[in-house]
Amino acid sequence: MNAPNKSGWRPALNLDRRGGAGTATGNKALMLEEPLIFEIGTFETTGVDLPDVPDDFVGGANRLGGLARSTPIGLPGLSEPETVRHYTRLSRQNYAIDLGLFPLGSCTMKHNPRLNEKVARMPGFLDVHPLQPVDTVRGALEVINELAFWLIELTGMHGVAMTPKAGAHGELCGILCIRAALEAKGDAREVILVPESAHGTNPATAAFAGYRVENIPATSEGRVDLEALKARLGPDVAGVMITNPNTCGLFERDMKAISDAVHAVGGYVYCDGANFNAIVGRVRPGDLGVDAMHINLHKTFSTPHGGGGPGSGPVVLSEALSPYGPLPFTARRADGTVDLIEEENAGAEHPHTFGRMSAFHGQMGMFTRALAYILSHGADGLRQVSGDAVLNANYLLRSLDDVLDAPFGHSGPCMHEALFSDKEFAGGLSTLDLAKGMIDEGFHPMTMYFPLVVHGAMLVEPTETESKAGLDQLIVALRSLAERARAGDETLKNAPIHAPRRRLDETLAARKPVLAWSEPEVPGGPPTRSEQGGA
Amino acid sequence: MTRYFTQDHEWVEVDGDTATVGITDYAQGQLGDIVFVEVPAEGTALAKGGEAAVVESVKAASDVYSPVSGTVTEGNPSLEDDPALVNTAPEGDGWFFKLTISDVGELDGLMDEAAYKAFCDTL
Repeated sequence: MNAPNKSGWRPALNLDRRGGAGTATGNKALMLEEPLIFEIGTFETTGVDLPDVPDDFVGGANRLGGLARSTPIGLPGLSEPETVRHYTRLSRQNYAIDLGLFPLGSCTMKHNPRLNEKVARMPGFLDVHPLQPVDTVRGALEVINELAFWLIELTGMHGVAMTPKAGAHGELCGILCIRAALEAKGDAREVILVPESAHGTNPATAAFAGYRVENIPATSEGRVDLEALKARLGPDVAGVMITNPNTCGLFERDMKAISDAVHAVGGYVYCDGANFNAIVGRVRPGDLGVDAMHINLHKTFSTPHGGGGPGSGPVVLSEALSPYGPLPFTARRADGTVDLIEEENAGAEHPHTFGRMSAFHGQMGMFTRALAYILSHGADGLRQVSGDAVLNANYLLRSLDDVLDAPFGHSGPCMHEALFSDKEFAGGLSTLDLAKGMIDEGFHPMTMYFPLVVHGAMLVEPTETESKAGLDQLIVALRSLAERARAGDETLKNAPIHAPRRRLDETLAARKPVLAWSEPEVPGGPPTRSEQGGA
Repeated sequence: MTRYFTQDHEWVEVDGDTATVGITDYAQGQLGDIVFVEVPAEGTALAKGGEAAVVESVKAASDVYSPVSGTVTEGNPSLEDDPALVNTAPEGDGWFFKLTISDVGELDGLMDEAAYKAFCDTL
């Protein structure tokens, strides 16, 4: 049974609406209130009718002996329709990319084409298992190899590690390649430089890999301070981690000069490619001197994410780092077949690998979707992806920069996301208030308070899959909210007022998180589960 | 006792070779509601300007740096259960840690209260 939580807090179900002008159930028309799953059904019931184990079952009915469970497991007992309805009702209170615009900066919440889904559900891809004999999954290996080819082609790199599971896992893979390359030269180094404009995962990755992290400041333009970087470079620097385009939504114009300077002191360049969506088909990171870069298939190549599916973070590698990449990977043989290179057969082909990032071959379901996306778009289509992503973000930036402070609006066009601050808000109103107001207006809020270099940051990424009409609606909502924030409109502090739940106490949630349900103990209250159930 | 301030918004109150360190009222105001604080353990050796503690608010997680070098004698035990003390009494009960200063000369470069106030006005 779950331990009682410290705060004793549990979600309010708006039951005060019962009677009077409210409804007896707390429901509002067909928007149904929903209790926790533990509050539906009882622990003593089950939705599955299993036959009793016969006494003559292999080895006897009770083969567990003294290890058999003697206390109830405490899982809620629901029938199948109760279970389906519970989760369907909850999903109706949710917001998703399939419902509307989702301008969460840095996350690239774009439409996931249904063609990808159709391809991923083809039986030959859907029902494969990583432990199947290689001869029975040549088609799946062909897909991995084909996708690897296109990722190398699009980035101008030399090799690719397909197995990392998502962005930060890819970062770790790239940094471990750098570590392996340096160690192979007997040149252990201690420091990774990370500019202020990088993703927050970058310093975390470098620290996790055992490096000391040092910050490089940004210029007033919001880009890496090249001179400060050069001044810090030396024989102790293993590499730099640069996010390009960066978290201010700007392209790092000095990328090639940065790479050259880092290479000159024997270091390597890691590029966080989470924002590749803004440059795909136009810039090849390999041409900019990048040694390793992860690609978020779930962002740039439109595979579902954010609760809709797992991430996938292949890492493209330069010629210098490729020998150290992880196992397993695919390779085409002379007879045309695609083979899997693992420990057993890596031998002479890949002797310098640093090891494995995961047990198996990567996120197969994401590979099929990403390849379907690449092949259905073609070279011209992918160029248009980045072009439209940048056009949409600039349309937003220039449609809003007279009512919202754009701290880097003077730095030229933005890339795929527009960055604003709360500088001109009045009456103590904050970025949080505006974000909550967006919920009332029917939009998912933007990314808030990131990047840290901007006060009250609001990072808005419209993506290329929104139409001008959709963007215009968002602009109407944001302009109205910005005007209210500038005027110090107190009512904005109460937003959201139209959502299924009003403003949640995020501070209490963080200070005293309730992570597990526990049986309520209300003196004189309704009977508890155990009292209800009887024996 | 004398109180000094850093450009990273830490305060340090010095009594002989003993110092008490916390973050300023300006800093807690910028961070918003504090939800978690990690203070250094007794005996930790800290370098001036080095990472000493972590403070997490609803908006962001930030490092707190030690204004002077020295050895930690005590981390504030109250902050584990009640991180809100940093919001309500940042320059009093919400202190982070105490340390024995190894070089009082390091205090020379720090700001006094008037200089810190002037510094905040420029931000």
